[in-house]
Amino acid sequence: MTVDLIEDVPVQTEGRVRSRRGSTARHNLTGWAFLFPFAIVFVAFLVAPLFYALYLSLFQNQMIGGTRFVLFGNYAKAFTDPDFLDGVWFVIRFSIVLIPAQMLVSLAVALVLDIVTTSFARFSRLMIFLPYAIPAVIGALMWGFLYSKSFGPLAEVFGLFGANAPDFLSRDLIFVGLLNIVIWQWAGYYMIILYAALQGIDPNLYEAARIDGANQWQIILRIKIPLIAPALVLILVFALIGTLQFFNEPQILRYLAAGAITADFTPNMYAYQQAFALANYNYGSAISFALGAVVFVCVYIFLFLTRKRGDFLS
Amino acid sequence: MTALALTAARPQRRPPRYLPLQVMLGFLLVYFLIPFWWVIVNSSKDASGLFGGGSALWFADNVDYWGNLVQLFTFQDGIYARWLVNSALYAVVGGVGATILAATAGYGFAKYRFAGRRSAFAILLGSVMVPATALVIPTFIMFSQLGLTNTIWAVILPTLLNPFGVYLMHVYARDAVPDELIDAARVDGASELRIFVQVALPLLRPAIVTVLLLSVVSSWNNYFLPLAMLSDNRLFPVTVGIGLWQGIASANNAGSTSLWSIIILGSLVSVIPLIIAFLTLQKYWQGGLAIGSLK
Repeated sequence: MTVDLIEDVPVQTEGRVRSRRGSTARHNLTGWAFLFPFAIVFVAFLVAPLFYALYLSLFQNQMIGGTRFVLFGNYAKAFTDPDFLDGVWFVIRFSIVLIPAQMLVSLAVALVLDIVTTSFARFSRLMIFLPYAIPAVIGALMWGFLYSKSFGPLAEVFGLFGANAPDFLSRDLIFVGLLNIVIWQWAGYYMIILYAALQGIDPNLYEAARIDGANQWQIILRIKIPLIAPALVLILVFALIGTLQFFNEPQILRYLAAGAITADFTPNMYAYQQAFALANYNYGSAISFALGAVVFVCVYIFLFLTRKRGDFLS
Repeated sequence: MTALALTAARPQRRPPRYLPLQVMLGFLLVYFLIPFWWVIVNSSKDASGLFGGGSALWFADNVDYWGNLVQLFTFQDGIYARWLVNSALYAVVGGVGATILAATAGYGFAKYRFAGRRSAFAILLGSVMVPATALVIPTFIMFSQLGLTNTIWAVILPTLLNPFGVYLMHVYARDAVPDELIDAARVDGASELRIFVQVALPLLRPAIVTVLLLSVVSSWNNYFLPLAMLSDNRLFPVTVGIGLWQGIASANNAGSTSLWSIIILGSLVSVIPLIIAFLTLQKYWQGGLAIGSLK
């Protein structure tokens, strides 16, 4: 993917290239000068912490004997640590269910909003997007209230149909409860990205397809979806990065869903617990670094596999 | 459901204007707005209204926003107002800083051909894929050695990093700032910095507003970073503060039922600024959010 993305650097005419070559040195300098402020931040708050985490993760701090070098000992420990592996398994299962569901919802809504152009539809578009403006903490809390047995409306609503209300904060249903919160929070944002991509399609294409006898469904499947593939890849990548580092929602619901969410529920929560509750910085760093590496590799593989179709990194 | 709606709507294109689809949108709207409705209704209640068994989706007899507001802003010497100010400070300073850095770097990538540009850009794109939370713990340990933890800088400095913002600016600047215009300004003797400020920046406005909004939102909504970095509750942003209250209220359910009213109202108050920002700036971000996905 890194190769593809460089290729479409604006094509320059022969003449301009030649005229610029004279000032290459000046260009080198000013180019880097524009990058410089960002580069400092980049090195200080991305490169340095990453390498520091890697460095810390190579040591172990024991009660007796102090800090000692263990090379990949912490990683060996992590990948045989059931608490960590359970968390990893949870976020993987969660992503597998969440991402298709979320994309389906946002795609369906974006397609509807692309067809229906009433003022009610415009209003809906804005309102469906609104949860994106809500902090994940507050969003989780709001749904926690709704799920709550003591002051939520679920018992009331299900009571109307004579049914027992499901407890989304219980061990059995917390998966669904969290799924719902994340979809609610992000579907609107993804929908806006897809909607904007749909709006960018030349409407003449639809007219031409209609003349050829295509119906609405064929237009959606053969024209719209293929043309917004880059946007679909973009939101898939976002969703993948976001889900694997799941933290805020389960951390907040931990108190409301006593027992259903443990302190090591997701890898990130486990790293937080190790670092801050147990002051086990080396192991916490190893988990953070392993998580970062796993996300990076997953996304990279994914982009590599889809690079032909949707090249968002262009 | 969509399938049905679409086929049904096709024959009569105009008069009822996609009625089934609009009904479906109506249901979706209820789903997306119900948490807001619950919070608006229930922040008017006191403890007895909340736990007294009345309807959870309608007002109690005693609608008392003012009483709860007074409680919210006086509880623990008015620490909630402080949290709001902190959130605003972190979001504005961090967001504006991140946007300035993204604009200069994105412009530099888009408009200059310098040695090492390709590899620098490849590194930038790789970094978009590094999950932000993986950096929190090592950054915390680094900062604690520098004595920076538990200061406002511990929250502001890491939020200056926004590789995706740089990427958006790059994509936008590539097309929005014509090379001819830059060359013309050079011929007129303008310095590179002046060209950037006076020629490029005005053309980049939609991307700048978008990146600013995205950075402000992500910093206002941030929880993990300030949770890790800060221990003095007077430095907390509102997300961490409400999380703290919620933990206390859940831990001793019986003793602190009155805390729930201010937590609910506090949640409502904390989301109002961003909702206003989004509604007033929609002209800009609706187009801007698409920048990364149109190519």
